[in-house]
Amino acid sequence: MPQVAEILRGRGLSRGVAKGELLLATDALSFLGGVDPETGVIVERGHDAEGRSVADRVLAFPRGKGSTVGSYVLYQLERNGVAPAAVINEESEAIVAVGAVMAGIPLVDGVALSDLVDGSSVRVDGSSGTVEVLG
Amino acid sequence: MHLTREEESVLDGEQGPGAAKCMEILAALGDVYGADRLIPVESVQVAGVSYRTVGEAGLEFLEDLAASGASATVPSRLNPAGMDLERWREMGVPAGFAERQLRVVEAYRSIGVEPACTCTPYYLEEPGLGDHLAWSESSAVSHSNSVLGARTNREGGPSALAAAVVGRTPNYGLHLDENRVPDVRVETGYEPEGTAGYGALGVAAGEALGNRVPVLDLGSPSRDELKSLGAAMASTGSVALYHVEGVTPEVGSMEYEVEETIRVEEPELEVGDDVDLVALGCPHLSGEELRRAAEGLEEVSTPIWLFVSAAVRGLNPEAAEMLEGAGARVFTDTCMVVSPLDEMGYRRVLVDSGKAYTYLPGLTGVEARFASTERCLEVAAGG
Repeated sequence: MPQVAEILRGRGLSRGVAKGELLLATDALSFLGGVDPETGVIVERGHDAEGRSVADRVLAFPRGKGSTVGSYVLYQLERNGVAPAAVINEESEAIVAVGAVMAGIPLVDGVALSDLVDGSSVRVDGSSGTVEVLG
Repeated sequence: MHLTREEESVLDGEQGPGAAKCMEILAALGDVYGADRLIPVESVQVAGVSYRTVGEAGLEFLEDLAASGASATVPSRLNPAGMDLERWREMGVPAGFAERQLRVVEAYRSIGVEPACTCTPYYLEEPGLGDHLAWSESSAVSHSNSVLGARTNREGGPSALAAAVVGRTPNYGLHLDENRVPDVRVETGYEPEGTAGYGALGVAAGEALGNRVPVLDLGSPSRDELKSLGAAMASTGSVALYHVEGVTPEVGSMEYEVEETIRVEEPELEVGDDVDLVALGCPHLSGEELRRAAEGLEEVSTPIWLFVSAAVRGLNPEAAEMLEGAGARVFTDTCMVVSPLDEMGYRRVLVDSGKAYTYLPGLTGVEARFASTERCLEVAAGG
């Protein structure tokens, strides 16, 4: 078992626990049009994580944007087996919060992205609102 | 957000996995918006009905939720679908689209949401002053808040559906007195004429207002004119509540001071008779609007479609028959903004609605032209 290096406390918005490799994006993200629901690849032109797949990653980004239909896209990603394992936001808005609940993806917000490192291993607990950085 | 013991038990699955999911959606939204608790709602209007809007992702979610046994606990109705649910072949809707659209509506029906697909549910059952609602469609939200004095935020499709199942909504935003007070005054440099004139004013006002709560100085507009104004302000801006001095029900008893006064001039919308379709009924026509159109149209040379709720059509069979007899089509359950007009081969559409004028190019890929209701009827008649 890796050692817990740090525990970050935020707010749990969608329940459940998941662990994975962190994909850290610094641009806001629209799931509708921004993420391919078949592959999980971020396709928004010019997005700082363009071309990377969210599948099975702990996806950290500042906040959602764009169409409210984005909530359904999170659900579709889950159905297609290419959803993120968990989501971390600085401040969630309704699109991502509702979509994460619909899809059963753990979601914690209120975490500073500057405390996270791309590629690190993290465990997200959406019930208690904590993020454990495992190293 | 605080949940009662009973609400906690729903969250823990005591009423099944579908109800638990719906409660979790409301709890998450309550936290996001800083609500203190859930409050009961009188009725729900659910957006996310047109297959063009929700797509395969929405269809999957709805069919799964229906299979989970979730069921509406308060009167709930749907927003317009992407086609007339019975006469879609006549509209020229592709069969593949129709098959998926019917599955979306069937999924809602099995969750207990009445498939009365309309943006004017207030013609079916009028909310009262102070009633709390969870409605979705922007013009329905605007009209019920502003003209009827009911209280609703603009819900997304999933949050409205969750409110239908749980029967409650998070207490924030326009449910609270302090957020209903006007913060900006709108003066017009002219007198708008008819529903089209009020819609055009709404296009210009919405652009200037964003999401503020305006108080407008107008004469004594009719309810149909207010419906047109509100719909347009909610399309170019995100105005979900407005007041009109001496007309709408809440502003007379409010104490307020506005920070700013803005002056809105008549906008120049693109006109022109060279169109391949005339479309009226955005928002869906009232009975009076339908009857007046029937009196004003004797024959049709350019195709004209009128959109109403099935309920209003049912209450006005003679007007609908007169219009159909003259060669017009009176469609229900849908409108020009959510149906796949481009896939049906249309290129340029004449409307009398500020909202439709705003949305048609982006949502359906056709060009929009604007005229008064009377002029729209003349163009349809070949004048």
